[in-house]
Order: sequence, then structure tokens, then C-alpha cells
Amino acid sequence: MAGKERNIKVVIEDVKKTYMGRNGEVVALNGVNLEIAHNEFVTVVGPSGCGKSTLLNIIAGLLEPTSGRVICNGNEVHGTGMDRGVVFQQYALFPWLTVLKNVMFPLNMKGIKGKEAEETAMKYIRMVDLEKFADHYPKELSGGMKQRVAIARAYAAEPEILLMDEPFGALDAQTRTQLQQELLDTWEKEQKTCFFITHDVDEAIILGQRVVIMSARPGRIKDIVDIDIPYPRNQETKMSPRFLELKNRIWSQVYQEYLEVRK
Amino acid sequence: MANGIKKKGGISERKKNWLWLALSLAAALAVWTVLSVLPSTSRSFPNVIVVFQQIPVMIERNVLFKDISSSLISVGLGYLLGFVIALPVAILMAWYNPFRRIIEPWIQFIRNIPPLAYVPLIVIAAGVGRKPQVIVITIATFLIMCITIYQGIINIDETLIKAARVLGAKDKDIFIRVLAPASLPFILTAVRLGASVALTTLIAAESTGAFAGLGMRIRSLNNNFETAPMLLYIIIIGIIGITIEKLIKLLERKLTGWQEKREI
Repeated sequence: MAGKERNIKVVIEDVKKTYMGRNGEVVALNGVNLEIAHNEFVTVVGPSGCGKSTLLNIIAGLLEPTSGRVICNGNEVHGTGMDRGVVFQQYALFPWLTVLKNVMFPLNMKGIKGKEAEETAMKYIRMVDLEKFADHYPKELSGGMKQRVAIARAYAAEPEILLMDEPFGALDAQTRTQLQQELLDTWEKEQKTCFFITHDVDEAIILGQRVVIMSARPGRIKDIVDIDIPYPRNQETKMSPRFLELKNRIWSQVYQEYLEVRK
Repeated sequence: MANGIKKKGGISERKKNWLWLALSLAAALAVWTVLSVLPSTSRSFPNVIVVFQQIPVMIERNVLFKDISSSLISVGLGYLLGFVIALPVAILMAWYNPFRRIIEPWIQFIRNIPPLAYVPLIVIAAGVGRKPQVIVITIATFLIMCITIYQGIINIDETLIKAARVLGAKDKDIFIRVLAPASLPFILTAVRLGASVALTTLIAAESTGAFAGLGMRIRSLNNNFETAPMLLYIIIIGIIGITIEKLIKLLERKLTGWQEKREI
């Protein structure tokens, strides 16, 4: 796809994560290996409890793996870093800050202040089409708008890798479709390495260049499916024969895992 | 979103509120008047006019303003001290688990004991006068405010801290720019509950051999069954209480209007 020698951005090397649960040790992730190329869009699907969020948190540096390691840009990950941005399902906007101030937050953390920070923030607020709401507080926004602000805020930090943990999971179907399209458009304009978690197979296919299917208990990678549908993609893509074929193939594997979890 | 509702006829909604308040007050006066007429309650509840005639009487006795200011000083000092101690203790409890494990059971235990019960011990230790009053109010307000602030801090949404961290915030930034504003609503709730406790503890605090004060005066008036000035003093305490609460609520609206939901 992107040249002959793939420029590897993220390497996940034999990552294992165990927790101490109420009934002893729980293995959340068991030997996960994955390479993500520069500017690649990777989506991850799997049943709840397959450790996909845990994996994202480990890449973000919010959790340490029990064993194994994650390498970003050639550096082993320990703790968070501005090269990796995260968009959470619960938006995680600071409710006491206006939209503008929320988006300015990462800039301020970088030491960018005043007018310069404001102008940069406005650029990203315009990117998500919310310039009219710059002075509003999060409570005055709908769920979809909140998530747009969160995306703008993550972009404002100018990370090289964008980690998204079911960002559209709490939204209604229509808003979700719209935000998927916006995310695709943005990604095509400003390429970034994206690691996107979802439980929605359609969403995984429409967005990703590769879909990683995870199995549950212990969480590991079951299969990786290349999505060879060219960009730009839109909602009509979901009707194409190739899409449906891939959907069938991925869905049946995911469904198997759901059944496993049920047992 | 909730702000959008009152758009239509915002003024009339406001007028309506005042009207209901006036009605409520009128009903209270009616009940009061009935109580002042009924033979069984008339001694305890002299009628409105008699009660308000006590204002000049108490001023003439040279006690009214002295009592109000004395009580306000005790309440103010004790309350301020209670807050100044509660805030760091609550933060320490939230931050350092062993500290919480030791301290929290004490607080929960003492909180359920009426202050009146331990007042004699404080008088024996601290003597009479201002000091024991302030101590009693400090203890009572500290307990409620410490627990409220602590509960607030531990209930701060963890994703906000995570989000700040991935956006480049260091520990110091997280404390100042996330934990502090996120706990402000709980601190203000604590301030409001503390004020109410400070006033309800007043009678206990002033049973420590105070020389003046609203609570002390009520007890001394009781010795001569002077129910009219007693009722006046009771009403004054109520007015002070509701004024403080309204002021704090105003402050809450000013400072934490960004909140998604606001409790009553």
C-alpha cells in the first residue's frame, strides 16, 4: 500500500497484561503482537472483555504491560506522551472550560499561550465545524458535538498517533455515520496513524485499512483482515459487494467470539 | 440545555415564584395566628405583632445587637476554622489511603454524636467564653465539610485525569487545572452544609457559659418564660440561616454554572 518498505510507526511486542481480580489472576491480554505502519488506519473489533481497551491504554502509556513492550517511533513506551493522542468514548471534556479553552488545553501544556494558542485552537474547532460554539460550555452541546470537540482537542495536541476507544459508541446511528464520514475526510486530508477500537463491524470496515479481530479471555489477536476497498469511502461503500463480503467474513469470526464469551 | 426552557416569558416565571413565596409566607402567618389563638399553644406562640414589638424592647435592654454579633463571630470563626482544617484533611484522605483508613472512622463516629453531649468536656478543658463556642462549631463543621469534600474528590471522573495526562499535563497541572476545578462544586456544597451545621450547633455551642449570643439568650429568656422574645430570636436565627444559604447558592451558580446537573 504505502510504498514497498512499510514505515513502521508502532510495534506491539508480545504484550501481556494480567490483573488481580477478586477470584485471583485475570489475563486481559496474552501475547499480542502487531505492527502499525506510518499513517495507517487500523481498526480493532472484538467482544467486550477482549482487552481491546486495555491494549489501547497500554499504547497510550496509561497502563504498563505486565510483560512485553510497545515501541512508538523507535522508543519504548513508558507513560503518556504528546506523540500519542487519545479520544475516549465518554468524551472526557473538561466541563468547566469552554470549547475553545478545552481545545487550547494541550497547547497550554506545550507552553503555547495567549493569542497564538487561541488561533491554533480555532483552526481545529473550524476543522470540526464548531466555530459558532467556541464560547459554549460542554453541557450546552449534544453528544456528537462533544465528541467533535474531543477530536479537535486531540488533534490540537498534534499527535502522530491517534488512539480512539469506541469514540462513537455512545452516539445515535445517524450522528455516528456522520462522524465516521468526518473522521475519514479529516484522515484523508491530514494523514495520521490511527488505532480505532469499536464493537461495530461496519464501522471497523468503513474506516480501517486493516481490521484486527480480537478473541476474548485471554485477549489476543485472532485474525487481521486487509480492507482492500479504495478511499475515498462513503456510506454507499457499505452497499458494495466487496464490503458485504468482508463484513460476512469478519462478522462470522466476531460472532464466534461473542458465543465464546457467553459460555 | 436546561437553560433553554425558561426563555418564554422569563419574567412571568420569576413573578410566579415570588407570588408563591408570598403565598407561602401568608400561609405561615395564618398558621402562626391560629397557634397564637388556640388555648393550648397560645403561651408558646404569642402573635406576630407582640413578637415584633420585642425588637425595640430587646434593643432597649441593650442585648439584641450584642447577641447577634456575638453569635455571628462565634459561628464565623468556628466555621472558618472548620473549613481551613477540613480542606487539607479531605485532600490528604483522598490522596493517601492509610491516612484515610485511620481518620475516616473517627469522623464517621463523632459525626453521629450530638455536639451538646460533648460540650461539658470542652468547657472543662477550655473554660467559658468565646473559646469553647468556637471549638464546638469548629468540630461540627469540620466533620461535615471534611466528609463532603472527600467524597467529592474521590468521585471525580477518572477519565478527566487520563485525558489531561494524554494531553500533556504533569502532576502539578492535573492538581491545579483538573482536580481543583473538578472538586470546586463539592467544596461549595460542603461550604453550604457547613454553614447550616454551624447554625444548628449554635445552641449547643452557647450553652458553654456564653456571656451573649442568640442561643444563650434563648436559654436565659426561658428561665422567665419570656416566649415572645424567644420566638423573635428563633426567627432571627432562621433569617440568618436562609440568608447565608442563599448567598452561597448565588456563589455556586456564579462559580460552577458549568455543571451538567445541579443538585438542590
